[in-house]
Amino acid sequence: MEVKNLKKYYPIKKGIISKTVGYVKAVDDVSFSIYPGETVGLVGESGCGKSTTGRSLVRLEDPTSGQVIFEGKDLASISKKEMRELRTDLQIIFQDPYSSLNPRKRIGDLLAEPLLAHKLASKAEAAEKVNHILETVGLSKHYKNRYPHEFSGGQRQRIGIARALMLHPKLIICDEPVSALDVSIQAQVLNLLKDLQKEFNLTYIFIAHGLGAVKYISDRITVMYLGKIMEMAKTKEIFEHPMHPYTEILLNAYPVPNPHMRDREQIVVEGDVPSPAHPPKGCVFHTRCPFAKDICREKVPELNGTDHLIACHFPLSQ
Amino acid sequence: MAQYIIRRILIAIPVILGVTILNFFIINLAPGNPVDMYVNPSATPQQIAMEKHALGLDQPIIIQYFHWLGQLIQGNLGFSYSTREPVTSLITSHIGPTMLLMGISLIIGYLIAIPLGIISARKQNSWVDYLTTGFSFFGVSVPHFFLGLGVIYLFATKVLLFPTGGMNTLGGSGSFSDLFVHLILPVAVLSTGIAGNMIRYVRSSMLDVLGKDYLRTAKAKGLRQFIITNKHALRNALIPIITVIGIDIPMLIGGAIVTEQVFQWPGLGLLTIQSISSRDYSTLMGINLIAAIAVLLANLLTDIFYAVADPRIRYE
Repeated sequence: MEVKNLKKYYPIKKGIISKTVGYVKAVDDVSFSIYPGETVGLVGESGCGKSTTGRSLVRLEDPTSGQVIFEGKDLASISKKEMRELRTDLQIIFQDPYSSLNPRKRIGDLLAEPLLAHKLASKAEAAEKVNHILETVGLSKHYKNRYPHEFSGGQRQRIGIARALMLHPKLIICDEPVSALDVSIQAQVLNLLKDLQKEFNLTYIFIAHGLGAVKYISDRITVMYLGKIMEMAKTKEIFEHPMHPYTEILLNAYPVPNPHMRDREQIVVEGDVPSPAHPPKGCVFHTRCPFAKDICREKVPELNGTDHLIACHFPLSQ
Repeated sequence: MAQYIIRRILIAIPVILGVTILNFFIINLAPGNPVDMYVNPSATPQQIAMEKHALGLDQPIIIQYFHWLGQLIQGNLGFSYSTREPVTSLITSHIGPTMLLMGISLIIGYLIAIPLGIISARKQNSWVDYLTTGFSFFGVSVPHFFLGLGVIYLFATKVLLFPTGGMNTLGGSGSFSDLFVHLILPVAVLSTGIAGNMIRYVRSSMLDVLGKDYLRTAKAKGLRQFIITNKHALRNALIPIITVIGIDIPMLIGGAIVTEQVFQWPGLGLLTIQSISSRDYSTLMGINLIAAIAVLLANLLTDIFYAVADPRIRYE
C-alpha cells in the first residue's frame, strides 16, 4: 500500500449560515508506503492525527485530498460500491472494545455478518467459520450465543480481532488495539496479533501512543506530530539512533524498566501541542523544540532520507 | 419472565384499589350533584330529597364508596345518572369507535414518523431534516381543536370534500365507504400530532446511535448503508421509541377528548365530556377506571418490550 500526500481537513463552521471559517488540519500531507507482511507502527501524542490517518486509509473517513494506492487502485477516489467490495481485504481493529461492538447482536451473528453480507459463505459455512475463528483468537466456540456485554475488555478485543479476521483481509489497521486494556491483557493481545500475522501472512498498521507496544510489534516506526510525519525508520534505528528531537523526547518519556539506567540526560518538552486549527508556521514542532532556530520558524522541513526519513532542519547527530 | 409478569399483575391490584379511592372521592368532592342537573327546575325540595334517597346519595360518602366498590367487584359499574343506562353498556358501545379512530391514527402516525425520523437523522441539517423537524414542530405545537376546526372549515365547508363530523351519515346506509370518509379528517388531525411527537424521539434517538463506534465497525465490515441504518442503528434506537408508544397506547382507550368533541365522534372522549357536564358520576368513574387499567397494562407491555429490544435488560 502506498500513501501519497494524504490530507484530511475538518471544516470549522460558524454562524447561522454555517460559513466555513477555517480548517482543522488533522492529517496534513502524509506520504509513506507499507510492504506486504510487515508491521508499520504509527506513534504520536493524542490528537496528532494517527487515528484519522488510519481511518482515512480504509475510507472510514473520506480524505480531503491525496491518494491511497492499494493493489493498483486509488482507494480515495473509487466508488462506494467498489470500496465496499475491497473491504474484504482491508480491515480495522478499533481502539475501544466496549463501544465498537453492537450491544444488540450475539457474538456469532456479529462475526458471521461480514461473510454473509459479502455472500462469501452459506449460513452453515459461516457458523463453522465462526467456531474456528473464536478458537483461533483463544475464545470458546460456545461464546457465540452470548452478547457483547457479557465479556471482559480483553475478551471483547479478541472478538474485535476475530471480526477483523473473518474476511481473511490482507491488511489490518490496528487502531490502538491495546490502549483500552489492562497491562496484563495487553501482552496477551499483542502476542495474539503477532501469532496471527505469521499464520495468515497479514500486514499491519499499528497505531499507538505507547512506545512499548509499538517497539514490540513493529518492523518500522512512523512518528507523527500535528498531522505530519516527523521521522520514519526501522524500529531498531528509531530506538537506538533517533534523529528528530521530537522522537528523542518521546523516547525519554517512555519509562525505563531498569532503575540503574534512569539517570541519563533528558530533554524535557514544555508546553502543549498547538491547536491543529492554527498550526505554527514553518516546522510544526518549533514551538516546543529545544533546538529551534530562526529557519525552523520560517521554512517547513521536507521529509528526506532513504531508509531513515526525517523532517528536521537540524537532525540530532548520533 | 413469566414470574415477573405475574408479580407485576399482582402489584397492579392495590394500585387499582388506590385508583378507585381517588377516583370516587375526588369526583364526589366536586360541587353540584347529578340530581340537580336532571330534575325539573320547578321540583320541590321534597321531591329532590326523595330522588336523592332513591339513588342512595343521602348516605355518608364512605358507605356510598363501599357500596360502589362492592358492585364493582361483581362487575357492575352502576347506572348512568343521566340516561339510566348501565355504565358497562355505555362504555362498550363507545369504546369501539374510539379504538377504531385511535388505532388507525396511531398506526398512520407511526408509519409517517419512524421513516421520517430516520431520514431526518441520517441527513442531519439538510433541507429534508429542516422540513421534517418543521412538520414535527407544527404537529406538536398546533392544538388539536384549532387544527380540527381549521380542516373542517377548509375541507368540509369551503370545499365540500368530507363531512363535518360524526361517524356515519344520519339515515345513511352505514356502509364501509361512508365510515371511511368520516374517518379522514379526525385521523389526519390526530396522526399529525402523534407523528409530530414521535419524529422528535426517533430523530434524536437515531442521532445518538448513529454516532456510536459500533456503526463504524459495521461500515468497516463492508455492509450496505441501508442495512447499517435499519438493522444496526434502529434496533439500538428502539428503547425511547418503545417508551413513547407505551405512553400513546392508553389513548386507544382514553380517546382524544378534544378531537372527538370537535368532530362529534361517538367515542369514549365524547362520552367523558357529556358525563362531566351532566354530573354523571357513575359513568365518569367507570371511564376513569378503564383508562387507569389501560395505563397499567401499557406500562407492563412497555417493560416487556424493553427486554425484547435490548438483551441487556432482564427481569428477575
